[in-house]
Amino acid sequence: MNSANYLYLSALLFTIGAVGVVIRRNAIVVFMCVELMLNAANLSFVTFSRINGNLDGQVVAFFTMVVAACEVVVGLAIIVTIYRSRRSASVDDANLLKR
Amino acid sequence: MINYALELGQTAKPEALLFYILAPLAVAAAIGMLVVKKAVHSAILLAWVMVTLAIFYIAQDAAFLGIVQIVVYTGAVMMLFLFILMLVGVDSSESLTETIKGLRWIAITASIGFGGLLISLLGRASLGRTTAGLADANSNGNVEGLAQLIFSDYVWPFEVISALLITAAVGAMVLAHHERTVKRVSQREQSQARFRSGSLAAAAGLPGPGVFALHNAVDVPALLPDGSPAPSSISATLKARGDMLDSTQYQLDNNDNAAEDK
Amino acid sequence: MTSNLIVYLIAIPLFSSAVLLLSGRKANKWGHLLGTLASASSFGVSAYLFTQMLAQPAEDRAMTQKLFSWISVGSFNVDASLLLDQLSICFVLLITGVGTLIHIYSISYMSHDLDRRRFFAYLNLFIAAMLLLVLGDSYLNLYVGWEGVGLASYLLIGFWNEKPTYATAAKKAFVMNRVGDLGLSLAIMIAFASMGTVSFAGIKEAAPQASTTTLTAIGIMLLIAAAGKSAQFPLQAWLGDAMAGPTPVSALIHAATMVTAGVYLITRSNFIFDAAPTAQLLVVIVGAITLLFGAVIGTAKDDIKKALAASTMSQIGYMTLAAGLGPVGYAFAIMHLLTHGFFKAGMFLGAGSVMHGMNDEVNMRKYGALRKFMPITFITFGLGYLAIIGIPPFAGFYSKDMIIETALNAGGIKGILLGSAALFGAGLTAFYMTRVMILTFTGTKRWDDDAHPHESPILMWLPMAILAIGSVVSGFLFTRGDALVHWLEPVVASHGHEEHSELLPPIVVSGIALTIVLIGISIAVMMYVRRPIEDVAPENVSALTRIVRQDLLQDAANEAIFMRPGQALTKTLIAVDEKVIDGAVHGVGAMAIGSGSELRKSQTGYVRSYSALILVGAAAIVLGIWVITQ
Repeated sequence: MNSANYLYLSALLFTIGAVGVVIRRNAIVVFMCVELMLNAANLSFVTFSRINGNLDGQVVAFFTMVVAACEVVVGLAIIVTIYRSRRSASVDDANLLKR
Repeated sequence: MINYALELGQTAKPEALLFYILAPLAVAAAIGMLVVKKAVHSAILLAWVMVTLAIFYIAQDAAFLGIVQIVVYTGAVMMLFLFILMLVGVDSSESLTETIKGLRWIAITASIGFGGLLISLLGRASLGRTTAGLADANSNGNVEGLAQLIFSDYVWPFEVISALLITAAVGAMVLAHHERTVKRVSQREQSQARFRSGSLAAAAGLPGPGVFALHNAVDVPALLPDGSPAPSSISATLKARGDMLDSTQYQLDNNDNAAEDK
Repeated sequence: MTSNLIVYLIAIPLFSSAVLLLSGRKANKWGHLLGTLASASSFGVSAYLFTQMLAQPAEDRAMTQKLFSWISVGSFNVDASLLLDQLSICFVLLITGVGTLIHIYSISYMSHDLDRRRFFAYLNLFIAAMLLLVLGDSYLNLYVGWEGVGLASYLLIGFWNEKPTYATAAKKAFVMNRVGDLGLSLAIMIAFASMGTVSFAGIKEAAPQASTTTLTAIGIMLLIAAAGKSAQFPLQAWLGDAMAGPTPVSALIHAATMVTAGVYLITRSNFIFDAAPTAQLLVVIVGAITLLFGAVIGTAKDDIKKALAASTMSQIGYMTLAAGLGPVGYAFAIMHLLTHGFFKAGMFLGAGSVMHGMNDEVNMRKYGALRKFMPITFITFGLGYLAIIGIPPFAGFYSKDMIIETALNAGGIKGILLGSAALFGAGLTAFYMTRVMILTFTGTKRWDDDAHPHESPILMWLPMAILAIGSVVSGFLFTRGDALVHWLEPVVASHGHEEHSELLPPIVVSGIALTIVLIGISIAVMMYVRRPIEDVAPENVSALTRIVRQDLLQDAANEAIFMRPGQALTKTLIAVDEKVIDGAVHGVGAMAIGSGSELRKSQTGYVRSYSALILVGAAAIVLGIWVITQ
């Protein structure tokens, strides 16, 4: 089987995740879509590792997971903080950037 | 037909079969994430995508990452997501009508262009390339091979990543921390306030969960089987202090009145 | 020959000036003494250097001193070097000598002025700058001194700048000098561009190879410079107003030294003018016009200082005329410059002495009969008067006679025209100087009751007396055996008289000149001795007199030709600036604001719209890669 299939799948999942970030309003869902994008990238790394025959890609994927974990912790904390002050988890309600 | 199946079995290894079954499911789940209304459903679909990916990792000789994917993502990260969903309201469903004019079309057009071009590029870049395989790299075992790399070539990024993890934990604590502006009311003060406010019956606290009651029951006489109140069911102390409520309004005959009073 | 002493000529007064300016009020008690001492020391050094020069043969007399390498850019090297040759030493002795006398005079003259220390600081600054001007060995070094004397002149004309008219006069002098300075800087640039050097020696070497056009261009630019500094036509208008400064300043700067810098410049550049006949002809024309112009103005002036200023202008016209007549004229120009330095400085000091005794009154119609009250002033002024109108054997006779002769011998119709102009100028000089003498010292007293004329103190009359002696004997000394002509020969390369045919024998020329001078005197006597003199200038006079009283309309001409069009140009430029440039600037601003407020509408504040833009951007980048790698 051609390893490139995994790359196509990765690109597809990444694009779906990007669309989700743009069109969903619930901050938690947006976040989950970001996670989806990260996972898609990870799939690419793992596939590259296999194509090239060394483990460097897997190491990078491992690091990506750690970074994603950090991101989830901080991001969810931010969501909770926003929710506490605005009673809403919708990203459209946090639009103070306009003024 | 049988020939075709045999041929499929020969040319496409079990991995191909796995891929062609799981990949459409993963894509379907991912698309489902975008269209379901409830965040919890999205989370479950995402968990499915992640499990699928874990299977793909293992299929691609990345056993360690596959396990980590299940443990860290589907285990820890998704649980974290679900916790937060509990906090902000598990049943809050989101209207899927777009509020920003034209945004959805922009997003879909751009993403089709983006994904299409990306796949086209990938095809151009990787088609016809042979896969080296990880048989050599994993000869000592996948975990040992990764450990070898992480603690030699990648030790500096590893240290930096660990520092980042600590920082993220501290950051989350800082964000969650709530500065108290008034003095915390102690249990003792709460109890004193209870006893000093109005009727002593209030001191008994509210009725426990699962009890149908309009008010605290200790000061109300129980009803006998014939529907009349039984004053003897009240503590003598309460009766002596005059805290006992009149229970005539709870008599069966007066039920209509009682409903009116309320 | 080199000498390490030359720099001290400049350094001493410069240092003294710095001390006086920086030390503030503490130096009020001794500032004037330090200033005088600095000037006198400079004179001492120059006298010592002069004796050293005398001990050398004529070819070896020039001394140089390299101070430091000033500009070194590629092949362009200018050293800050000093050159003391036969021409420079004449000026150095005049500047430091007359300068010291005027310093002494000023001690007394300025004794009531609160700012006397500042005055002496400026005077020392002027001495230093003027010495740098005549000692520089290149046009660039000269230029530094040239600007320095301009600055000192500006500061001193406006010394009493609390009076707006005086401040304006200083400004006028400065601005008109700048026109000349522009000419000098252009001359330096042309010289550098065409010959690659700016030193006197270098240009002298390169001049024979240069084209006549280049040399003519340099010559004309130098002439403009000289006209600005020496108040020659058409840049002459500032000199009369420059009399706003204290009288010692008028004597030192605007009679004896600075205004003659133009003549020095032309004489120093003899190698350029000798090779550029057109420029030389222009020099002659400018000189002739100015000598008549100044003399005519002088006939109608009632202000004693302005009358003397007009006379200065006229006498420098003589010098310029002589300098323009080529190799034969340079020495006579310098000679007249030196004798004029004596008698004109002496007369200005005399005028200052009269003003000192008359409550600073300058109107000669308010004088009269001062001979009895100021005998010493009368005698010294009178000796200067006899010298300037050219009565033998006083100094002016020798020098002016030589110029008239040279002009007449210039050849052909040119010679006759120039000679007649010079002769007519001599007659006019006799007329207006006699008028000054009569109005001031003879006749009946016309001064106000509160004036108490008295003789000036010794510190004032002693310098006047020394200068008077100079105006009596200097002409004789310079011409005895052609002393000055031979002295200057190595510098100006004079070819002597023999090359020119003589139109008239010298004795006849002298006779004609004397006759014309006597006619001028008699007319003045008839007009001002026979008839009573009014206190106020009469109004019912001819149109010609009125024009002359207005300085031959020089200011009106300047206003009509330069000021009005300049103002119109400025107004146009302001309008253009406001409409076009400001319009463009404001338009750009308005455009930025407008487009900004339009673009602001795209800033919804919604995170999702920003992330959509990121997605579009990413798609665009991928598209770019896709297209490139095709």
